[in-house]
Amino acid sequence: MAEAYTAQEMMVAVASREIRDGDLVFVGMRLPILAYAVAHDSHAPGARGLFEVGLMRDQPASSFLGTMGDPPNVVGALWATRMSNAMALLAQGSVDLGFIGGAEVDRFGNLNTSYIGEPARPTVKLPGSGGGADIAILSRRWVTLMSHERRRLVERVSFVTSPGHGDGSAGWRKRNGLLGGGPAAIITTLAVLRFPEGGGEAYLASVHPGSTVDEVRANTGWDLKLGSDLTETLPPTEAELAAIRRFDPDGFWTRS
Amino acid sequence: MSMAQAIERFVPDGSTVAIGVSLEPLIPFAAGHEMIRQGRRDLELVGPISDSLFDQLIGAGCVRRVTAAWIGDVSEGLGHCYRRATEKGVPRAIEVHDHSNFSISLALWAAAWNSPYIPTRTLLGSDIVRVNPGLSLEAGLVQVKAVKPDVAIVHVQRADEHGRVQAWGPLGIAEEAGLAAGRVVITCEELVDETSLLRHPNRILFPETKVVAVVHEPGGAHPSPVQGYFNRDHAFFRDYAAASRTREGFDAWLKRWVLDVPDRSSYLEHVDLRALRIADG
Repeated sequence: MAEAYTAQEMMVAVASREIRDGDLVFVGMRLPILAYAVAHDSHAPGARGLFEVGLMRDQPASSFLGTMGDPPNVVGALWATRMSNAMALLAQGSVDLGFIGGAEVDRFGNLNTSYIGEPARPTVKLPGSGGGADIAILSRRWVTLMSHERRRLVERVSFVTSPGHGDGSAGWRKRNGLLGGGPAAIITTLAVLRFPEGGGEAYLASVHPGSTVDEVRANTGWDLKLGSDLTETLPPTEAELAAIRRFDPDGFWTRS
Repeated sequence: MSMAQAIERFVPDGSTVAIGVSLEPLIPFAAGHEMIRQGRRDLELVGPISDSLFDQLIGAGCVRRVTAAWIGDVSEGLGHCYRRATEKGVPRAIEVHDHSNFSISLALWAAAWNSPYIPTRTLLGSDIVRVNPGLSLEAGLVQVKAVKPDVAIVHVQRADEHGRVQAWGPLGIAEEAGLAAGRVVITCEELVDETSLLRHPNRILFPETKVVAVVHEPGGAHPSPVQGYFNRDHAFFRDYAAASRTREGFDAWLKRWVLDVPDRSSYLEHVDLRALRIADG
């Protein structure tokens, strides 16, 4: 029997597998910081991390990070600089993979992290884009992570902070001048959703052990299509779990 | 110059203030708290992401508009005062000019270069362009209108009394904010001898002609981190996020940490800075 793990640890493991060796990864915040560390530790020792605060690294920080701007993230960095220099690489299309946290995502991968309800008088004011919109528009491909709830995976977001595949029509991103290929996957607490090459609508690619297709569909706000090669998500390996727990020793991100 | 004098003189009511421009590190909390104690009103705050400081200034009723990419608590999530102000007008309604991190940087570079706009591909396809009057679509690109702060308040590791400044670690949008602003107020960990700074003129952050005040304020960025000096006080941010969930909780927090505290050195008596100190800078 496999060792017990949390939904967050599952998400980090899955996210880390999206990083390819040699990638320049726009890391972002929270779980993706751990995903970069796990990937570097296993299959992608040559992956570099780029942080919008103004940092580039070729190895994870040696101690816990609460934010990308924490001092341990600067020690051993390849480059400490201004944000607009990090954004220059993003704008040139040099970032292979970006991570974006989302509050709300729709079937075409558009993210809302700004307003629930009318922007003039919202029911919920979310923190905003940060670098999310920049990553969504300019990186070659990106992935978002979120808790799998019906109120978060919605038919259409009411406000597009970070555009995915727009209205889902073929070529939407190119027609509108967006640079990169858009969202590749939505990694949730229950499953992995993917997008067809070239854009369109998310489909169910794999279901995490312990969940079911029915549970995933019941917690999704649209009629979720099933992928033709739908599988069970590979649980975190022992090595992945060991790495996660080394970089998040108190479970600040993965066990609270 | 003391913090109280610098805020009194250079941050009048109604100012447009760039503050917290290095993202998570080097946030001038001491300066922000002095603005609250002096009862500043109708400020426009400009920044990239703001880790709790904008939320505190909004909750204290100092703010009329925010021009920023993200407002909340970086490790904890939502900004509760920001939510109350935008959702319910408590303690007052505020205007929001949404940006992304890249576009607020470009808006400040535009002002720094005295250019009305800078065109970019970022924000194409985003509704942020629809709701921010400082952004528009033209010829297939987003035009980012210049944002010119009256004053930028920047915390750094070292400065001299003439306004020569060194900061290290990631710089965020500090340089464009300082160049764009009409004037720069510096708060620093260490006030040092001028010759030690001018040995490395490439590392001077701003032209000294922009700097109107240097305030020696060690620990002035707590709870945010200062490279070479202090780690981030995660627990302090977590406590603030929990306290500020309700208006009453926020008011009690503000009384304890800002209103009932005359200055930063008194505040620091209640913080274990030694536990946060980085051993070898």
